[in-house]
Amino acid sequence: MREALDQWDFVIAAYAVGIVATLALVAWAWWDMKRAERRREEARRK
Amino acid sequence: MHGFANPKRFLSLARWLTPLLLLSGLVLAGAALVWGLFVVPPDRLMGETVRILFLHVPTAWLGMGGWTAIAIASGVYLVWRHPLADLAARAAAVPGMIFTAVCLATGSIWGRPTWGTWWVWDGRLTSMLVLLFLYFGYIALAQAVAREGGSSRIPAIFGLVGAINIPIINRSVVWWNSLHQPPSITAGKSAIDAEFLVPLLIAVLGFSLIFGGVVLARMRALLGDIQAEARLRRKASEAA
Repeated sequence: MREALDQWDFVIAAYAVGIVATLALVAWAWWDMKRAERRREEARRK
Repeated sequence: MHGFANPKRFLSLARWLTPLLLLSGLVLAGAALVWGLFVVPPDRLMGETVRILFLHVPTAWLGMGGWTAIAIASGVYLVWRHPLADLAARAAAVPGMIFTAVCLATGSIWGRPTWGTWWVWDGRLTSMLVLLFLYFGYIALAQAVAREGGSSRIPAIFGLVGAINIPIINRSVVWWNSLHQPPSITAGKSAIDAEFLVPLLIAVLGFSLIFGGVVLARMRALLGDIQAEARLRRKASEAA
């Protein structure tokens, strides 16, 4: 017998994975860029 | 192109382009996902799960696009020795890896209700998994070279050789029997109805802009660290 699957559960899981990973990637890339540019400015001032 | 190999010129361009690409990409991708979730009707065969298309296809495209960018930038670095080309290749690795992983995860989640299985070892899925492992290898190699001070030619050659996997992924559903469907969009033709195609193209554009913004942000981060290191080293040698 074929098991009944709620298709929306799979849609929500896929969207959660995709959105969380994309937002985390953007936040990390932005934060790391700011950190590296701050470090360069500090090295310039020393 | 040679003009943009100047770090100063690159930074003056990247400073305004990075937030512009990221913001416009987030807005477009967000709008396309909302459209895909709440506006698009369920598909006749796949039902509600067709909505995963709007995440799965852009991430698959960018997983392959990321390695294509690595290969092109590596080729430019090997031929012209532009340091920014080496940075561009390294900058494309992490977003490419993340999008490949998201493509595999969303594909697996999509496979369970439509194919009845989370995974099959067919040509498309296996070659995409190989791409993920190639990203792991490239990132580890590039980091080791940056840390140990080896030649950047090694990851560049790896980036070029790894590109052999891209046409294999692309043609895998044509060459081998697969549960995965054959290509729905080819040059100038689409088997997808406009109701699905329009939000799909907006999602692809949005995620591509995000990818471009992340690559620029990574290039600025790598360049900032290199310039800080160089300055600190120069000051240390002047003080000695």
